[in-house]
Order: sequence, then C-alpha cells, then structure tokens
Amino acid sequence: MAVLSEEIKQKIRDHFPRYPNKQAVTLPALHLVHDTHRYVSLEAIREIAELLELSPAEVHDTMSFYHFFREKEENRLGRTRLWVCRGLACMLRGGEELLTDLGKKLDTVPGSRTKDDKISLEFAECIGACEGAPCVLINDEYRLDVTPDKQDGLIAELRQ
Amino acid sequence: MPEQVQLTIDGRLVTVAAGTTVWEAARAAGIDIPVLCHQPRLRPVGVCRLCVVDVGARVLAASCVRACEEDMEVQTTSPRIERSRRVLLELLLADHPSPCARERTTGDCELEALARRYGLLDRRYEQGPTRPIDDSSRVIAVDHNACILCDRCIRACDEIQSNEVIGRVDRGGAARIAFDLDQPMGQSTCVSCGECAASCPTGALTNKPLARRTGESGLLPLVPRSQTTAVDSVCPYCGVGCALTYHVRDNRILWADGRDSPGNEGRLCVKGRYGWDYALHEQRLTRPLIRRAEFYPKGPLSRDVRGTPSPPTPLPPGERGERQKTPLPRSGGEGRNGIVDYAEVLPAFREASWDEALDRIASRLKAIKQAHGSAALAGFGSAKCSNEEAYLFQKLIRAALGTNNVDHCTRLCHASSVAALLEGIGSGSVTDVFGDARLADVILLTGSNTTANHPVAATFFKEATRCGTKLIVVDPRRPDIANFAAFYCRTNPGTDVAFYNAVMHVLVTEGLCNEDFIRDRTENFEALRDLVVDYSPERMAPVCGIDAETIRAVARTIGGARAMMTFWGMGISQHTHGTDNARCLIALCLLTGNVGQPGTGLHPLRGQNNVQGASDAGLIPMYYPDYQKVGDPAVRAKFEAAWGVPLDPAPGLTVVEIMAGALEGCIRGMFMMGENPFLSDPNINKVRKALSKLEFLAVQDIFLTETAEFADVVLPASSFLEKTGTYTNTDRRVQIGRNALVPPGEARLDWQVLCELSTRLGYPMDYTSPEEVFAEFASLTKSYAGLTYANLGTTGKLWPCPDPDHSEGTKVLFAERFPTPTGRGRFVPCAFQTAKELPDGDYPLVLNTGRLLEHWHTGTMTRRAQALDALQPGPFVEVHPDDLGRYGLADGATVTVRSRRGAIRLEARASRAVTPGSVFIPFHFREAAANVLTIDELDPYGKIPEFKFCAVRLEK
Repeated sequence: MAVLSEEIKQKIRDHFPRYPNKQAVTLPALHLVHDTHRYVSLEAIREIAELLELSPAEVHDTMSFYHFFREKEENRLGRTRLWVCRGLACMLRGGEELLTDLGKKLDTVPGSRTKDDKISLEFAECIGACEGAPCVLINDEYRLDVTPDKQDGLIAELRQ
Repeated sequence: MPEQVQLTIDGRLVTVAAGTTVWEAARAAGIDIPVLCHQPRLRPVGVCRLCVVDVGARVLAASCVRACEEDMEVQTTSPRIERSRRVLLELLLADHPSPCARERTTGDCELEALARRYGLLDRRYEQGPTRPIDDSSRVIAVDHNACILCDRCIRACDEIQSNEVIGRVDRGGAARIAFDLDQPMGQSTCVSCGECAASCPTGALTNKPLARRTGESGLLPLVPRSQTTAVDSVCPYCGVGCALTYHVRDNRILWADGRDSPGNEGRLCVKGRYGWDYALHEQRLTRPLIRRAEFYPKGPLSRDVRGTPSPPTPLPPGERGERQKTPLPRSGGEGRNGIVDYAEVLPAFREASWDEALDRIASRLKAIKQAHGSAALAGFGSAKCSNEEAYLFQKLIRAALGTNNVDHCTRLCHASSVAALLEGIGSGSVTDVFGDARLADVILLTGSNTTANHPVAATFFKEATRCGTKLIVVDPRRPDIANFAAFYCRTNPGTDVAFYNAVMHVLVTEGLCNEDFIRDRTENFEALRDLVVDYSPERMAPVCGIDAETIRAVARTIGGARAMMTFWGMGISQHTHGTDNARCLIALCLLTGNVGQPGTGLHPLRGQNNVQGASDAGLIPMYYPDYQKVGDPAVRAKFEAAWGVPLDPAPGLTVVEIMAGALEGCIRGMFMMGENPFLSDPNINKVRKALSKLEFLAVQDIFLTETAEFADVVLPASSFLEKTGTYTNTDRRVQIGRNALVPPGEARLDWQVLCELSTRLGYPMDYTSPEEVFAEFASLTKSYAGLTYANLGTTGKLWPCPDPDHSEGTKVLFAERFPTPTGRGRFVPCAFQTAKELPDGDYPLVLNTGRLLEHWHTGTMTRRAQALDALQPGPFVEVHPDDLGRYGLADGATVTVRSRRGAIRLEARASRAVTPGSVFIPFHFREAAANVLTIDELDPYGKIPEFKFCAVRLEK
C-alpha cells in the first residue's frame, strides 16, 4: 500500500547524486511529496525514510521543525498556495487589508483552503519584494502591486 | 597534527592527546565542569551550554565539544562563566516540575542537583505551558515537563543501541522529544531496552517500579540510590552476559543498571533491565515436595501439560489421542493463561522436610542403580546454573551415580556447532569476542535473530555497520537486523549448505582464497575444492533461492574483506544437517584466512548465560570438564585420581537419546536441575510419554515447571539472583554473579543441595563455598587454570588467561596454530542434503521455531516477570499475508497448526518476516507449545534435533 508513486520515488532518487549523502535529500524529498500530495502523511514519511535509509523519526524530526509542511490530510493544501505578505512595507501599503479582503472573498482564513480545494490562503512575513508592496506569492511566483482593484482578477485567475 | 597538546586549565599545565576535548582534559585533571547534555559514552553535541569555559575568545566555549589546543589557557570558572551557567539553569528550572520523577524516585536528577549547588531554590521566571505526560510504556515513564531537550536519550537510542526510535518534533518552545512519528512510547517501535531512561539526566524518562512484595499487588516505589545496596552482578538471561548492578532494599530488587564492563559497555536489553522480578513471584517453591501416593501411576497434572482435548473435538482417524488444544479460559485469582495454575498441580504433592526429600531421592536412585546398573540413571544439568553447580552436578552423576549419562540444554542449541568446531579447529569455543565487530570490515551473520536473542551483542554489530563494516545477513526468516545489512540473503529453509558451498565455489574459482593461510594453517583443502566445484552459483540458485549474481557478489565481498567475523545462531545448528552447516562456515573462514586475528573469527552466539561454562564444566556425556575425553584412559585415570572413585569408561547418552531411553525403559531414574525438557525438547507428545514412564524423577527448580509435574520429588532451588557463582559468557568471559537476594522459605542454594544429595548417595562432597568448588574445577582444566574469584573481580576474565594478574585474558584464539593433532585447521567438505521432513500435499508449510526478545526459552522466568509478560502476553504463529489469504484466514484469527506429531491452537499473525510457504512459532508458550509440532530427528554428529524445520498445515 505504498503512498508514493514510482515516479516520485524516482524523482527523489534522482537527487541522490547531487548531495554528499542521502540524508541531505530529506528536504528536497519532503518538498517533492508535499508539492504533489499537498501534505506529507506519516506513511509518506516512512517511505521517504526508507528511500533515504533514515529512521522515520529523523525525517519527521526535520519536517516538524518547518511549519511550511502540512502533516494531516484534513489540513492539506489547495491546488495553489497563495501567500499574502504582511511585512512592514506591505502593511503600510495595504497588505493587511488585502489579506482580510481575500479571506472574505475566498470564504476562508489564513492557514486554510477554499471549499473547492483550489486555493490555500497564507500570510507571510516579508517575501522580499518590498518594491512591489503589497505583494503576494502564488506558490513560489511573485505578483507585485496587488492593489484592491486587482483582487477579483487574481481570484478568478486562481480559480480557473 | 601533533600527537599531544599542552595547555593550562585553571592555571594547571596539562598534556593530553590531540583531539581531547577541554571537558575531558579537565575531568582527567580532576576539575569538575558542570554539564547536562553530555555523558562520556555519548558523542558530545554542546547543546546545554552549561559546560562553557573561557578560552580567551570573544565568547565562552562549550568545553564538551571544544578540542584542546596547544598553549590554550582555559578558565573553567569566573564570575562571567558562573553568571552564564546560573541564568541557563534558572531558565531550565522555570519549566521543571521540582521535584521531578527522577528526584522523587532514585533521587538523582542532575538538574535539581545543580540547582542546589547554585542555590537556585526560588523561581525567577514564569513557568511555561504544561506539556504532556506519556504513560503508555510498560517500563518507562515519560514526563515531557521535565525534559530539557539535552538529546541524551536520542543519542543513547541512536548511537548506543542503534534503535533510532527517539527524535524531536516541532521547534522553539513547543519542541519536545518524540517516539517514531510522534506516537506514544508504548505504541512506537521502542524495544524497551531502557537505555534512554538510563541516560536521561532529569525526570523526563524514568524507570517505572516493578518490584512487589510477595502476595501484594501494590508496587514498591523506587528509592534514592543512597538507600539501596548496590550488588554488582551479571544478567541471568543470554550468553552475552551483560554486567549489571542490582539496587536492593529489604530483600527486594528495586531496579537494575547496566554496568561498565569490556563485554557490554554498560548496555542492557529489556530482559536484563526489567526482567528480574520473577524471583519475587508468589509461585516460588519454598519447601521440598513429595508426590502423594494417590497420584501414581505418574502423569501430567495440569491441563496444558496433559494436552487433552478441551473441549473435545473430533479428530481425524489415526490421530486420536493427539494433543488438541484450545485457549484456556482465564481461571480465577492469580492463575491465568501462560503460567501453571498451582491449584491444578499442588494437590498432587505434599510438603516434606529436606531430610525426607533428599533421603527419598538417594534411596530411589540407589535402588535403581542396584537393580539395573548405573546406565539406567541419567541427569540433566542446566546452562542457567553456574560453573560451580554444573561441575558439582556432573561430578555427582559421574562419581556418585557412576554414569556418563549427563547432558544439558546446550545439546539443543549448539551441539552441532561444537561438534564441527572440535573436528575442524580442535576447540568448541568461540575464537573471538563479539565486541571486536568494530574491527571487522565484513560481518557474516547467519541463522541468528540477534536483536531478539542477543540484543546487546546486536548493538555492537549495528554500530559497526554505521562505521562502514559491511553486514551480510543470511536467514530464511528476515531478522530485524537485516535493516542494517549490505546483503540480506533470504535463503530457502534448510539450504545453508547449498548456499555456502556456492559461495565457496566462487571463492575457489575466482581466486579469492587466502592461499598462504590455506597452505600454512589448514589441511584437506583439495577435498573441499573438489566438492565445491560442483556447486556453481547458477546450479545452487534454484536450490537456495538466492540468484547467482547475489551469491557471487556476497562471495566477492567476503573474498575481498581484510577481516571478516562470522556469527551464527540456532538457524545454523538446529538442523539434522546442523554440523554440516557449521562445517561450511568453518571452511569459509579457513578458506579466507578469517580466524586467529583481531576482527576475524568463528563465533556461535551462545544461548544461555552459561552455555559455554556448563559445557566447560563437563555437563556433556562424552567429556569431563574442559572437553577431556571420557573415552581416553589417561584422562579417566586423572579424574579417577582427583575424585577418588572408578569412573564409567563409556560415554553417556545425550538429551534426546536419554528421553528416547526413558520411553524404551532403559533409562529408569533421572535427576534434573533447572531444566524443563517438557517444553524445550522436540515432539512433546513423545516427551510426555517418556517422562510419565520414568520410574523415578527428581526435579530441582525454582517453580513447579511443566517437567516437575512428572516428578516424584521436587526440590525448591535458589534463583540466579540468590546465589553466587561464576558464569562464562559467549566470549569465554568468566564473570561472577553475586547474590542480591535471600532465597525464599526453605529454598536452598543449589551447590549445597548437590553436596547434600551426593553425600547421601554415598559419595561425600564437602565444600565451604562456591569459591572452593571453582578452585577444584579450575585445577582440573587448562582453560580455567589460574582464575580465582579474587582475580576475576567485577568484570571477569576471558579464558584462557595465563597471566590473570596483569591481563584480561585472551580475546583472539589460534593466532598461530589450532589445537588439532596436526596443528592445522581441517576442511570438511559437505554435500547438500535436504531436511528430514519436507513439506508435501498434506503438510505443505515449513515450520520454523525460535524466540522473542521479551521471553526466555520455556518462559519459566520471563512469563513471571511482569513487564516482559505484559509486553508479549501470548502465543502466536507468524504467517505470510499471502498464505493467510490462501487459507481464508484473517490477521488475528485463531488457527490450528498441525504436524504429524500433534496440533496446537493459537493466534495467526500476518508477517512478512516469513516467506509464503513457511510459518514461525516462538516456543516459550506452554498453552500452545511449538514443540508439540517439532520433529525429534537428530543431527548424526551433534545429536541436535531439527527444531528449525518440519512440515505443518494450517486449519481454521
């Protein structure tokens, strides 16, 4: 009852030559699984540990340090993870309001996903794009100057 | 890099080896630096920062990780340092539940001790949020509130025991230790070795109480160390012979600690650390018992031992009267599944005085001797007893009863290994010590579930693999240690000879042999070469189930090894071709020159704590002490002179032969000390008939065992924990086990019982102490010569030990010559033969039997140790999920396992450790005794039964 597909396993194995040891592939492997499954189940941790020749506790140890990763299925991510920056520059240019508005329009709260599973809303503490405040990350792509008039367009785009 | 560095610590000039840490250098100089996260046996990590010192740099340095440098000037204390330590302690104490569980029990919380030292009795910081308590483990209490995240438990679990169960979860204030994937400890893969609790500085991980007063249910709390007596002893269970310390108060052991010794280096497993409370069990025998007249003719007394159908089930024709077993209902009171209900068996006996009981034994044995001769008598000693007891026992049987019919359970574990070793290299002992695994670059481990049966030895193997040693595991049932293996070869059951001959074929044909060694140290190589030529990997692959390429890869790894150690267990020895299996391993080591140097050697891992010693002491029908041949007139003359009586020149019968003799009527009277053949011998239905048929049986044991139900007289013996004696571990390390407790009631020390009985048999024995017995035994041997209680000390010696005052003894034997007539090791080529009873249409599955981590042999001790019993409460059969599906069985269903000899009912458990077509049953459980099924066919040389292979079938 393997939860990791052979394709993901191969992608993880493909990382081995790039690092001095298999343990170093822990984070890339977690990201690969997290990106695909939208969370990393305990069973997936066991399978990652087996691939990396680590104890499951070691992989879990690393993963639980980073709140970036979701561990439970009910808490899994939507298709797109939308990070709204509330760093100082963004805050001064309407970042907090952007987060509140998006939450209302998406009918969700930061840390949760929309009912259609398409969007997970998150807040971020400065994503390093202060020149484009208020800004967001769509998964790991920047979108700058998200002024109130651009909110509906953004949501429509992510709902497609 | 210089070899030595010189520095000053607190103004003192010290010189240390390069690489020494400041903390170690200070400690060696007698300067104490407080520390919480570091322990000398752990890799330092420098996380608690309490050990900071001033090395003249901008910031303070953690001395546990900072290496000494030339001309370094170290200050271990200053107002700045003390302020730093004080603040750290205050922060740690803010969350600490004082007094914590450790302070409340053994009274040695290191954090609270430092708090007292620094006068930090008031809290300055606010307490953080409360953390959880985890009570799920049977033996260890977890309180996350007392945890200071020092990492010691994690390193103890990972690096000392290599179990890798403990990790951390989360971060910052929420960070805490976690088991596996943050499961409760009791539901994790934790094996309850207790190394974490032994390493924890605070009350986060502490031992739970296990001791009770007899007859009371409440547990006795652990008390501060200062209020207990510390008794340095050894573990009573397996052949690893771990050194430990029992903490005793009021004739009760409260807990055990691992003790530093060259053997176990302070490590213990669950049995040693938590399995000693059997001695306090209320079923201990306290007075001699004599069978009442109305319970003749003799027979089994309890339902489990009778094995009568209950409820009666129709049996297939021809099998009527065979054992048919259903799980027993739990009986009332203390009686329950798993151990005998005394209400069922005690009515058959009346209490008697020692005089009456001993006189009865003496007169009955003498009468049988007069009527039928000495050959009608036999004795079973035990590898659980000390060297002194074994020596006296065989002396009693030989000198007082006049027969060599004396044997013990080693016959059932390594007799075939010993036979092959004696023939091949002239000595039946191991040639190395298991701790040298660190020096090997390849370890071959075969037929051994080491993590269950020699758990502490396994920690050294696992550790070696982390340092680059390649582990090759060969076993039909996948042992957990295969997780650490470079090669795991799942051979077909019973095909070891085929596999190793194929490996040797590759070595010979690819020029991977050590030709110098073969030329200088061995003989008969040509015969081996001529045989293995026919065993190509391609031909053997379908026989042994390992593909030819893997066989070649294994052979090349062995052939390329600088040093290889070979360890094996019952998977090799307990076959009708067990001697052949061992011969192959010996040949493999001779072929590659892997005997006689550090990091090489042949090591059959000994089962019982004193298998080596009991054999050394002469509990063998064909040998006097130290393997001196009974049949050799010069040897016999030596012992006749020493013991002052004529001795029987004929070698005696072995364990299974004695049982067969009892059935045939040629063995009429027996004396058994600490053995339980009813459960440990193959084919129980036959053993039952044999024991019932004995004219007279005396049993000396600590409980009324299954075997004792057939006894005429039962003598209450003392447990390991109540006596002093020497025990020889698998490495040949002779160690003193010291009495921690006083025997209950009228129970007597075994050596005194033997002396009393021998005297009444007309052969007076008069010793004042076990030490005097040891001196006599040692004086008749070469191996033990020179050893005394005084020079054995607290950590023992490895025999042979020619210079006991200055040496620890001999780790590696046969560096230059083998003790064979020619001085050479002998190749003994073996052709592959199949097991005696192969699976067929009626009985299509192969049964393998063995042991579990938590239990010991027939369970007499471990099923009366609360924690061990709770961890493994009942019998089961491991079945591959495919086979479960094939038979339409669910995981957890109750099934009947039937062989041609009998049937048992027990729980089926899905397991991928076994292959489809094979099943595994642990033999500890009287209510579903695996040996009802096993076959009593013997290896022709070692006379060991085939416990590892017989044909069975599953029924719903």
